Amino acid sequence: MYRETEILTRANQSTAHESEDSGDLVINVGPQHPATHGVLHLVITLNGETIKNVEPHLGYIHRSIEKMCESLTYRQFIYVTSRMDYLSAHINNQACALCVEKGLQVEVPQRAQVIRVLMAELTRIASHELWWGAMAMDLGAFTPFFHAFRERETINDIMEETCGARLTMNYMVPGGVMMDIHPHFQQRVKDFIQLYRKKIHEYDELVTGNIIFQNRMKGVGILSAEDAISYGCSGPVARGSGASCDTRKYYPYDAYNKVQFDEVLETGGDSFARYLVRVREMQQSINIIEQLIDNIPEGDFQAKTKAVLKLPKGEFYQRAETARGELGVYIISEGGTTPYRIKFRSPGFSNLSVLGHIARGCKIGDLIAMMGTLDLVIPDIDR
Amino acid sequence: MWSFSNIANLVHEVLAEHFNPAITLAIEMVIAGVSVIGLFAILGLVLVIMERKVSAWMQIRLGPNRVGPKGMLQSLADTLKLIVKEGMTPNGADKLLFNLAPFIAMIVAMLLMAPIAFAKDLQMWDLNIGILYVSALSSVTVISILMAGWSSNNKFSLLGAMRSGAQIVSYELSAGLSALAIVVLTGSLQISEIITSQANGWWIFKGHIPAIIAFVTFIIAVTAETNRAPFDLAEAESELTAGFHTEYSGMKFALFFLAEYVNVFIMCSIAATLFFGGWMPLHIGNWHKFNHVMDFIPSSIWFFGKTFFLIFVIMWFRWTFPRLRIDQLLDLEWKYLLPITMFNLLLVTAVAILGWHF
Repeated sequence: MYRETEILTRANQSTAHESEDSGDLVINVGPQHPATHGVLHLVITLNGETIKNVEPHLGYIHRSIEKMCESLTYRQFIYVTSRMDYLSAHINNQACALCVEKGLQVEVPQRAQVIRVLMAELTRIASHELWWGAMAMDLGAFTPFFHAFRERETINDIMEETCGARLTMNYMVPGGVMMDIHPHFQQRVKDFIQLYRKKIHEYDELVTGNIIFQNRMKGVGILSAEDAISYGCSGPVARGSGASCDTRKYYPYDAYNKVQFDEVLETGGDSFARYLVRVREMQQSINIIEQLIDNIPEGDFQAKTKAVLKLPKGEFYQRAETARGELGVYIISEGGTTPYRIKFRSPGFSNLSVLGHIARGCKIGDLIAMMGTLDLVIPDIDR
Repeated sequence: MWSFSNIANLVHEVLAEHFNPAITLAIEMVIAGVSVIGLFAILGLVLVIMERKVSAWMQIRLGPNRVGPKGMLQSLADTLKLIVKEGMTPNGADKLLFNLAPFIAMIVAMLLMAPIAFAKDLQMWDLNIGILYVSALSSVTVISILMAGWSSNNKFSLLGAMRSGAQIVSYELSAGLSALAIVVLTGSLQISEIITSQANGWWIFKGHIPAIIAFVTFIIAVTAETNRAPFDLAEAESELTAGFHTEYSGMKFALFFLAEYVNVFIMCSIAATLFFGGWMPLHIGNWHKFNHVMDFIPSSIWFFGKTFFLIFVIMWFRWTFPRLRIDQLLDLEWKYLLPITMFNLLLVTAVAILGWHF
């Protein structure tokens, strides 16, 4: 609390100082602003409409999840992580479960591995659908949001049936998944794929092919591959700049080494490239699901684990590819039932850090579009 | 044939019988004023519910469906809410300008209704410079927006007003030049003469390609002039929260809101008058039988049908397109629309002189 106040006071002083000196316009976008999709606070220094400086201020939705995790057992702390990047809740849980399994040296049954990948890819599609709608909304088009939600609802229904929840599923547990898939699961997923294939052309007609949209996206917010790497970007933001970084390819976990898929790469580095990466990634996720949906192996859905988990003394690290990029889970264990220290490397935080770099010299409207293409989820940044 | 002028004459005669001329004139003006206010309110309500239903239809939703039959009274309920709500004036705002701005927006919208012919012989003021009057007054709207943005003492409002100033002043040119194309063909600025000149066919059909170009540029320009998406940079809710009316609440906000819709109606009715013959039914040259059949449809239905179709087109824009950026917006006007409309004006002048139009 002290730190936050201090930062804000300093920011106010510096902004007041700057505006008096150079006649720049300083505006606060957020913490309550329709474009920030949460409680992000950007202090923007403007010269007319042109951006001179962007300074993100964080901490408005900090819930100290890392600290909370230290007082929860290895079974319990996974549920808290659903609230970090709530749009890829499954993948957060998966990363944590994998990290605990690494420490316990538990072999996850084949069936559970495949179910986990299926769920993770469905989550990725749902997350990208929401992003797609919100992205268009940032540019002033409302209709795509509702079209995206039409498909997303289907995924949520599938989740609800199998996991019992629609947003924070808490389905992955150390050793596998919490319960077996619903009997209708396979049919529902196939129906969804059919619906998706039928509707995907609408996305291109409504947004991707639109001339206004392309003019707004092409050539703005250019992020070079070197900058993407040096800022620590990951996920579609880095891949839009041509920096190959798909964790599913480089450090395969669960059943990812059993499926064929392409890492989507664009070399443009502008907003449009980042947009295309996500749209094409949805297609790849569909491919992965299609390969696995008919080949779910029989067997257990959960490995036999002890009721109280104790990780051996040591340090454990596991990464996973969420819809926003690389999520790292770092556990230090003292051998007890709770972690000694836990640290999450969230993709959103690093992706946000490039905003000031790429937005300099652009217009306000472009800044909003860039924030859209970075696909920020604020609870993921603040944790 | 039955006409609105019969009613007007009847009322005038009745009044003239009972009162002296000065009082008669005063009463007539009051009647006209009340009907303008009534029309303003009704149009606002109808267009808001239309927008919500159109957007719902495009967005796979139901739209308002609770108040009244099929939600048709929703905007009435909203207006009631807005009237009851407290109209706040922020600290540090210029109180006089802040409270004056929405009224200027409203008054401009009301004044713009004067020269519009709603049906055969139903026109408040058939002044001989009709199109010039509309063109001149519609640019006064920018003053209310600048006033609102400046006096709010809010940076978002100021940016919105700044954008709006640049935008409306630029697009005024194309709108005016596109309208001039029809003025050249007609040879008059008077609304009634423009309509009667289309008795043997609407200008969009008679005027060849120049008329079609003028129509397209006019629709684009008026969409920008009325601050509608994809040119809604003055509001741009994802960038500037609500632009120039960020600080407005209650009825003062509602006045801006209503004025925007009434402006859309007026601009569409002007487009309908210029290019689709206003209240003039669809006539094809000398095919008298067809023309006679078309005459059976009342002129007010023709006028409102055409106008609401154009309003629908503008709503269609709003619910389909993303927003332009400010520099792209100005590029579109100064680099594309303005040269096109100027060239088109030369073309239409040539067509008019050589008599190539029908």
